[in-house]
Formats: sequence, C-alpha cells, structure tokens
Amino acid sequence: MNIFDIIGPVMVGPSSSHTAGALQIGYLAHLVLKQVPVKAVVKFHGSFAQTYRGHGSDKAVVGGLLGYRPDDVRIRTSLIDAPKSGLDYIFETIEIPNAHPNTIVIEAEDAKGLKTSIVGESIGGGNIILKSLDGIDIEYTGDLNTLIVEKYDYMGAVSEIAGIFMAQGINIERMRFFQSKGDQGKAITIVETSDALNEDIAKSAQSLNKIITSIYLPRII
Amino acid sequence: MKIDFSSVEQIIMAAKAQNTTISDITLRQSAHDMKVDKKEIFEKMAHNLEVMKSSIEEGLAPNIRSLSGLTNNEAHLFKKHVESGKSLSGKLLGEAVYGSMAVMSTNACMGRIVASPTAGSSGIIPSCFMALLSNLDVDDDKLVRGLFNASGIGMVIARNASISGAVGGCQAECGSAAAMTASAMVEIMGGTPEMCGHAVAHALKSLMGLVCDPVAGLVEEPCVTRNAASSAIAIISADMALAGIKSVIPVDEVIVAMGEVGKALPSSLRETAEGGLADTPTARRIEGELFGRKG
Repeated sequence: MNIFDIIGPVMVGPSSSHTAGALQIGYLAHLVLKQVPVKAVVKFHGSFAQTYRGHGSDKAVVGGLLGYRPDDVRIRTSLIDAPKSGLDYIFETIEIPNAHPNTIVIEAEDAKGLKTSIVGESIGGGNIILKSLDGIDIEYTGDLNTLIVEKYDYMGAVSEIAGIFMAQGINIERMRFFQSKGDQGKAITIVETSDALNEDIAKSAQSLNKIITSIYLPRII
Repeated sequence: MKIDFSSVEQIIMAAKAQNTTISDITLRQSAHDMKVDKKEIFEKMAHNLEVMKSSIEEGLAPNIRSLSGLTNNEAHLFKKHVESGKSLSGKLLGEAVYGSMAVMSTNACMGRIVASPTAGSSGIIPSCFMALLSNLDVDDDKLVRGLFNASGIGMVIARNASISGAVGGCQAECGSAAAMTASAMVEIMGGTPEMCGHAVAHALKSLMGLVCDPVAGLVEEPCVTRNAASSAIAIISADMALAGIKSVIPVDEVIVAMGEVGKALPSSLRETAEGGLADTPTARRIEGELFGRKG
C-alpha cells in the first residue's frame, strides 16, 4: 500500500469493484489475445448478474476488451465503440456454485480464430484475481509483471522456466504451479517479478519443450 | 526516523521533532519507500488535484442524471440555493456541500473521479479543498500538500481500521475521508500537527457507526447525501481542532474503535444492500424496477 492507493486511483465511476474491477477482467482477455477480440461472450455471476447495467459493468468490461484503462472516459461509449473496432459481444448471466459474488467469465476469440477463456473475480478497490485461464485453475492478481507458461509437465520443466529468467538476469519474486484437472499432464506455471519484463520473455519461453503457450502480462495495478 | 504509518502519533512526533508538517513527513517517507524522487510524487499528486477539480466542474452541469435516475441534479439545485443567499449553510460550507454532491454525480454518471480513499467517498476531499480555494488565501501548491497530509492519515486508518465499506461500513469510507480532509484542512490553515490529530478524531467520532446500505447496491442513494454531510463534518471538525478543542479519546484509539465498530456491524449493513435503507419498501421497489424482481 502506498499514498496513491489512498488518494487514487483516478478512475471512471461509479464503483471500484463493479466498474474498474470489471474493466480489468475484460482487459486481461485483451492482454491474453494481445489485441481486441472479434467475438466475446461475457457472463456475469452473482452481484454482477443482478446489477451490471446500473453499475456500468457491461460498458466497463467491453472497455477492457477494447484495451481501455480504468481512467478512460471512453468507457461510457464502449458499447458503441466496440462494433467500430470489430468486436462483437454478447452478455449472459450465469450461476457458478461457490464463486465469489463478483465473478465474470469471458470467452473471447481473435481474428485468427485463437480462443481464450478466463474467469476473473473483482475483489474490491479495483483489484482483481484471475481464477482460471483456458480451463485451468490459477491465481493471478496483476500486481507484478508476469509470465504465464502453459505446457505439458515433465521432470525438469520448472528449472527450464527458471533458467530463462536467470539467463536474462531477472529476479523471480513469486513462482506458482497449477495442474489441469481435466487434461492430464497439462500445467500452468506463473512467474512474477517486479523487474522490468516484456514480450521477449514470452518469446523465449516458446522454445521450451512441450510448450502449449506462453503469455506475458504486464503489471496492471 | 523511519515512518511506517503505524500510528498518527508516530507521524505527529516525527513532524514535531523535525519542526515540519505531516504532509512533509508523508511526502518524504513515500518518496523513499517508492524509490522515486519527491518532485515526481508531487507532480503525480498535483495531477490528482486537477482530476478532482474537473470532477466537480463536470458534476455541476445542470440536469445531470445517472443511468438509474437516482442521482438527479442535486448539486445544481444546492448551488442555486447557496447562490440565492438564502441558504443556512453560507458560502464556504455550502460550496463544500454541493461540490461533494457534484463529484458523486460525476461518479454516478461514469465520469472520471479520484478514489479518495474510495469511489463511494470521492466527494469529500475535492469539495472541501475547492471551497477553501475559492474563499480563502489558499493556492494549488498548499492543496497538493494537503493531499499528502490526507494520504498519510489515510494510510494509518487503512492499516489500523479499514477504508472499505464492505469491511467497515460507511464510517470506514465517508468517515475516513472526512477525517483525512479535516486533518489536511487544519494543516492548510496553519494548524499544528497535534491539531491535525484532533481533527481526525473529531471527524471519525462524528461519523462512527455509519452503516453502508446502498439502495439497489448503487453508489448513489444515500451516498450523495452522506458525502455532502461528511464534507460539512470535515469542515466543522477542522474548525474544532483549530479552535483548540482536543479530543478526550486520543486519535489512534478512535481509529481502532472505528475498526472495531466496523467488525461488529452485521454483514447486511456492510455494502451488501441487504439492510438499512436498502431494505426499505421503496428501495426494494426501485431495485425491482431497475434490475427485475429477484428470485
């Protein structure tokens, strides 16, 4: 916590959890695809399902898909901006047993047909937790620069990933592992750092054995 | 001396020992903690002040109406009343009250605001600061310093109690904002660091116990009214301290007490829209009209 968590952030209202947080979940889908998706199905759960129109959560999440940040006044017009940017969206409501009351599920697809699905929780103050990426349960909070590596697991996989960071002189602050429940042997490794990071780290990870995908996510809060 | 914002007393002692202000202590410690220079932090805070100003301007536009319609022109109506010369509040207090409503209107209409400390309590600091700017010998530089004072106090409250309505009710949001504002105003008006501490205590005591019960879960009713009233309490609390009135209960104990009261509140009164005003027949009717009947 610092003084700008107290006086700040600058944000578009009305609610840090229902507007800024919703936007950040949309923005994560944007970051995963590295572009504005052409199609997005946005599913609101819990409190979001009840109140998403009144809080502008619908506009916020679409704003995030378009790449807007929480202080961008274009959020107000995002539903009109979306078709101009080639984004076709639909909203649904959903009930997920035991999920956080402010949960959003997004299934998005880019122009090349690449798909992603994410589940995000807006936990208050504009902070979010990414709970699931492409069907694998994870936990990502966006407070550090992050590399997400999705690959088939084997002995020595972790040291290979750590090796990429070591080779580039980047200090690892947190490293966490998540196994896929459905797809046997599939796993996600999340490596977080407060050092500067960019797309190159994801490119380096592409050369790993049995890699499925690697995603670089910059710090978003 | 390292300041970790674990108590208001700690900041006051440091300010006294170095013959300086709470804002100066907060600015220097933050620059150190964030590993950036003071100038950069000062400019970032100055930007926040600019956004605060524009959030008032935007919300004063006549006929401003939120998506739900629950926020509907309040700031403009109060401004006209103050300008008529017939208001009980008078000019400075009146400007703070409608400024607060204006920011909350901007917020409800998806305009840009500074969460200070939260979106739901974002009217209080800007409105009081602008009321000082237009009525007294105060400039932007003093106000930016005031924001550092307020954020130092806010850090302590966030640490030792809460600034979240979902955790501590409205007292944690509007109460904290009023306390932070009162402290900043005391410093801006030339009061001592100890007086700042008493202003925090007076404001928090005045709003202690206030529940968070937003109608239909929206940051509008009663948030607009409560921000406006909290601005008034901030000004009165600052004046009490400047008059030399001391809080019998020391400021840090008041902060902890506020946090404890928050914990004692049932969850229905902590931003869940299940109790208080949110559970009145009218609120339930409005909720039904806006979002369709539940269940």
